[in-house]
Amino acid sequence: MIKADPAGVLTGAHYLDGDEACAEGAIAAGCRFLAGYPITPSTEVAEHVAARFPMVGGTLIQMEDELASMAAVVGGVWGGTKSMTVTSGPGFSLMMENIGLAVMMETPCVIVNVQRGGPSTGLPTMPGQADMMQARWGSHGDYEVIAVAPNSPQECFDLTIEAFNLSERFRNPVFVMMDECVGHMTEKVVIPPADEIEVEPRFEYRGDPKEYLPYKVNGGNEYGIPIPPMLHAGQGGYYHTTGLTHDERGYPDMSPECQEWLLRRLVDKIRLHRDQLVHVEEDGVEGAEVVVLSYGISSRVATRGIALAREQGIKVGHIQMKIVWPLPDRRIDEVAGRVKGLVTVEMNYGQIALEVERIAAGRCRTSLVGHAGGTVQDPEKIAETIEEAAR
Amino acid sequence: MSEASVVKADPVASPAPPPRDEESIPHPMEEWLRMDRIPHIWCPTCGLGTVVTAFIEGLKQTDLERDNVAVVSGIGCTGRVAGYVKLDSYHTTHGRAIPFATGLALSNPKLKVAVVSGDGDLVGIGGNHFIHAARRNMDLTVILVNNFIYAMTGGQVAPTTPETANTTTTPYGAFEPPFNIPHLAEACGAVYVARWTSLHVRRLTESIRKALSKPGFALVEVVTPCSTLYARRNRLGSGLDLLKFYHDNSTIQNGARTSDVGIDFQKPFIVGEFVDHDRPTWFQLMEARMSATLGDKFIPKEGPSCTNSK
Repeated sequence: MIKADPAGVLTGAHYLDGDEACAEGAIAAGCRFLAGYPITPSTEVAEHVAARFPMVGGTLIQMEDELASMAAVVGGVWGGTKSMTVTSGPGFSLMMENIGLAVMMETPCVIVNVQRGGPSTGLPTMPGQADMMQARWGSHGDYEVIAVAPNSPQECFDLTIEAFNLSERFRNPVFVMMDECVGHMTEKVVIPPADEIEVEPRFEYRGDPKEYLPYKVNGGNEYGIPIPPMLHAGQGGYYHTTGLTHDERGYPDMSPECQEWLLRRLVDKIRLHRDQLVHVEEDGVEGAEVVVLSYGISSRVATRGIALAREQGIKVGHIQMKIVWPLPDRRIDEVAGRVKGLVTVEMNYGQIALEVERIAAGRCRTSLVGHAGGTVQDPEKIAETIEEAAR
Repeated sequence: MSEASVVKADPVASPAPPPRDEESIPHPMEEWLRMDRIPHIWCPTCGLGTVVTAFIEGLKQTDLERDNVAVVSGIGCTGRVAGYVKLDSYHTTHGRAIPFATGLALSNPKLKVAVVSGDGDLVGIGGNHFIHAARRNMDLTVILVNNFIYAMTGGQVAPTTPETANTTTTPYGAFEPPFNIPHLAEACGAVYVARWTSLHVRRLTESIRKALSKPGFALVEVVTPCSTLYARRNRLGSGLDLLKFYHDNSTIQNGARTSDVGIDFQKPFIVGEFVDHDRPTWFQLMEARMSATLGDKFIPKEGPSCTNSK
């Protein structure tokens, strides 16, 4: 890790909404290219970046659609610049094509989805958390992703930096799964001095460019992640990369053996190193009879529901997942073996809840406090569900 | 029987080739091709090999530094060009070569980015990107290889297929009016527009050189025979016959009005250099605007900044 470039860091205490805080996090993390398309409720991220980028050597382009935005982001990264895009559900759907390309080419980039109610045009100005499975599986084929979910403007700042850092560490797209509530809520955001912000530089190839093989893994990076180092356009490598299944040279190889060789690593680089990807905030989990799992804005509402349940004398713990993908499955597995119930609070009809049910595998009750979006959860309902789970 | 007597017996036979050691005779393009990927996948008499040769020859004649040239392709037969040229080269998704190239060019302004892709890729699925990149005058050289059909997928109708042509999805003849690509490009703001057939090798090479040397959105359309699908399905003979037909039935008319250069099924058509003028690129406009508004506060993007270190 290196220290953030002070030119991009607005050190101090600010009053920002989540979208603006996300933009500041991206700039602090070193993002200098944004390609996007306007969509409520995410547009303020791009608007804020548009105002700030010219003063920090960044370039923003408003593309003709989200297909183009995501393609430009992948191109931007291969040109050597940390890059991002910002959208909401309908745009996220269009980005899926080139998110797959980013995964296949192992392109570190960040995609922010300020979630609204869906499907289709749904509820443009109201919150949702129903794109969680789309983030996980929205593009075709087998792959792994990383997704963070902030619950406040401060977390929008912090977790956007974390998203950029993880994208470099794993050479993979990383999602910042916000929601309309968090995006439009204004709170105090403390931006630390640049020398207190850790930034992951690109894992770059240092050898002779003429010898460069774009997909040759030489022991991986300092974190033990089996990724090849990158060369950018213009560095004399004359390398090739493709969305087709490819070998070490980046050349297409249409064989089941090469598919297995490539995909195994693309999946395992995250799956087998997911202990590096546990970021939770826990409260009262030890000794709890019921544990609530939540993320994003739902985690703040859950806190109120948990307080109500505790007033009834129930021992309730809380795991707020700041990284949702990959799930902290080993931690959930551990907890599921010794509680009466796991309650998942999310603004959908059960996306992470089904994963929790799978991990619990019948060892405890699993329940969902969920609805289709448009407003946050009712804390009373969360408390009632906790009480049922504790019976 | 001696070799001499064979020649006498059959005067039209070619003289026996000199003995050759494959290793000792370098391919003339060796330095610029990924020789470990040759032979390529294209059909015999497809025009794509010629286009690649013209591209490399045109590039060699520019002042561009090889390290600073990148090639981006989409999907399809022409989409495979990026896989054969020994440059930084990117084989992307269907239709998205232009936006990918846009990201590459904006991320690192010292690059010259060339997009080499087919008609279906660039004006079918990628049509929206094509018109907007031309409107913005994005600094891209676009080599659009037009074979009038979706060839890689087996010969389906394209937005360029001339009316009445037979394709697998128009088995009774195509009936949608096709795009006139030079007209489309000019209307959207391209600063350079030329069209040749893949047999106009010298002129094509020169147009590619000009297009690569020019800042802004420069388009070279190359009318190319698809021997396996378009020629065969429409009973137009071999790829070679079609190549010759296109060449013999095209009239060079530099400066022709692009509205007059539409292509009808197996009818004579116009080739040439149609548009060549100057206007500021996206990057130049952006920098001028930012400088005018922000003055010294504007910090132009200089190059890659991935390490975030100064």
